[in-house]
Amino acid sequence: MSAGANTHRPAHLTEPRWARGLLIAVALAFLGLFLILPLVTVFAEALRRGWQLYFEAITEPDAWAAIRLTLLVAAISLPLNLVFGVLAAWAITRFQFRGKQFLITLIDLPFSVSPVVAGLVFVLMFGSQGWFGPWLQAHDLKIIYAVSGVILATLFVTFPFVARELIPLMQAQGSEEELAALTLGAGGWQIFRRVTLPNVKWGLLYGAILCNARAMGEFGAVSVVSGKVRGLTNTMTLHVEILYNEYMFSAAFAVASLLALLALVTLAVKNLIEWREGRAARAAAAAAGQPAPAAPALHPASA
Amino acid sequence: MTTQVLAPGGAPPPGRSRSPGVLPGFGLSMGYSVLYLSLLVLIPLATLPIKSLELGWAGFWNIVASPRVVASYKLTFGASLVAALVNLVFGLVVAWVLARYRFPGKRAVDALVDLPFALPTAVAGIALTALYAGNGWLGGPIERIFGLKVAFTPLGIVIALIFIGLPFVVRTVQPVIEDIERELEEAAASLGAGRLQTLYRVILPALAPALATGFALAFARAVGEYGSVIFIAGNMPMVSEITPLLIISRLEQFDYAGAAAIATVMLAVSFALLLLINLLQAWQARLGGRA
Repeated sequence: MSAGANTHRPAHLTEPRWARGLLIAVALAFLGLFLILPLVTVFAEALRRGWQLYFEAITEPDAWAAIRLTLLVAAISLPLNLVFGVLAAWAITRFQFRGKQFLITLIDLPFSVSPVVAGLVFVLMFGSQGWFGPWLQAHDLKIIYAVSGVILATLFVTFPFVARELIPLMQAQGSEEELAALTLGAGGWQIFRRVTLPNVKWGLLYGAILCNARAMGEFGAVSVVSGKVRGLTNTMTLHVEILYNEYMFSAAFAVASLLALLALVTLAVKNLIEWREGRAARAAAAAAGQPAPAAPALHPASA
Repeated sequence: MTTQVLAPGGAPPPGRSRSPGVLPGFGLSMGYSVLYLSLLVLIPLATLPIKSLELGWAGFWNIVASPRVVASYKLTFGASLVAALVNLVFGLVVAWVLARYRFPGKRAVDALVDLPFALPTAVAGIALTALYAGNGWLGGPIERIFGLKVAFTPLGIVIALIFIGLPFVVRTVQPVIEDIERELEEAAASLGAGRLQTLYRVILPALAPALATGFALAFARAVGEYGSVIFIAGNMPMVSEITPLLIISRLEQFDYAGAAAIATVMLAVSFALLLLINLLQAWQARLGGRA
């Protein structure tokens, strides 16, 4: 995060003491009101009726089926988007071609599309009145209101995460090391496995955990395509919605608290990676006798 | 595309491969990327305008300009704008405090800023509703003291959109504040500028592109948001019904073409915002390159 030098400033380069105190108070009040209180609410509401009901809510068969489906959906979409992310980053950062910027914009597109629209497009393609609807029905296949639809919608919304993380990283690293490996006679796969992969492993992990968090937490897109059949096509977030709409608030918040825990774990891992990346960058810079570059900037385009 | 001279110190702006096409794997990686992108994103998105064509121009216009839909645009864009403005102001304060000051618990606070990225929107939605409902921790006191209802009104929508947009301004502005060169402020001070003057005349202009980018990102995110909003919105037609919800209600009536028409409008808006954000980021990169 901020270098120590930046926080120790002489009086003429910083604000008076009272102004600093006021700004810190305003920032903490804002974050407390909009971040910490909602988070605390989730756990408080979940445990309101005691641990007994909490455990019943999360071990009940429909909740359990929802948890399994959520894990399955993440387990399928994560590897597919990882492979895409790595290949797209390789193509974009290691070669020159026309329309590169346009391709990057297209990869970003799912970030800026409303999740509801993301779900809708698959209904238009595979729904009973969709383009492939009649054909699917004739062959007794079902995508919309079935697990495959949930997976497709999740793939769509989590599509850019890994690529978005790797592209700036691999661009900054340049391809000198890969070129050196090439002149030493390494093959393509060997170059990737021995040179590129070790260089980008933290960025890859970073993209993967963000992708995973979104895959497990997606709501709008899957709610359009899932049909919300309990025990079959209900993911955890949809299960939360159903319980909530049936006024089973404690149970809804109990399942929601599992998702909140997932979010906290995601944040913890993410910070660990940032800390490691920052340390590695500082160590490399110290070895090269240069001032340490700032910690890698985030890409908040995780809409 | 302009070829950029490599910045000293290997700064993030593209230090692109200078020997095009020597490394292996271009055909495979490019081919697979374009194929996967087309199958999963481009072809599905193309169904929206194509499906809306079924309606004809008049039919399309009838749907996307009907009073209930227009009311939903006003609400969606209005609430998104207000939420993005709130995030602009408070996001700047949070970014400044995190970049410049030291206080206990700072690391944890810094980490928690990303919570809205990691917390599923439905969870945020029910938590905010419980918090701001008439019997909630905040909703109760606010109603008693100010006579103001938050949950199940447009105000509740703004609250939800502030939550989901919160990290954008902070995370775009914070690294820029960290990178402001000390010499710049030193020079301003030595030329006789007071601290407030330095902030207004030197620092704020340097932050302008990042602030604009963060604002646009928060706004774009808010416009499409669904999960966190529907629980707290109350969803009353003409009053608190957001545009994505109208798409879903059309879909539930099996009016696929109508849903596609409204979605086409939203897609066009998203696309325009995406282009705007790209322009803003290019502006920011240029300014960063000059500094």
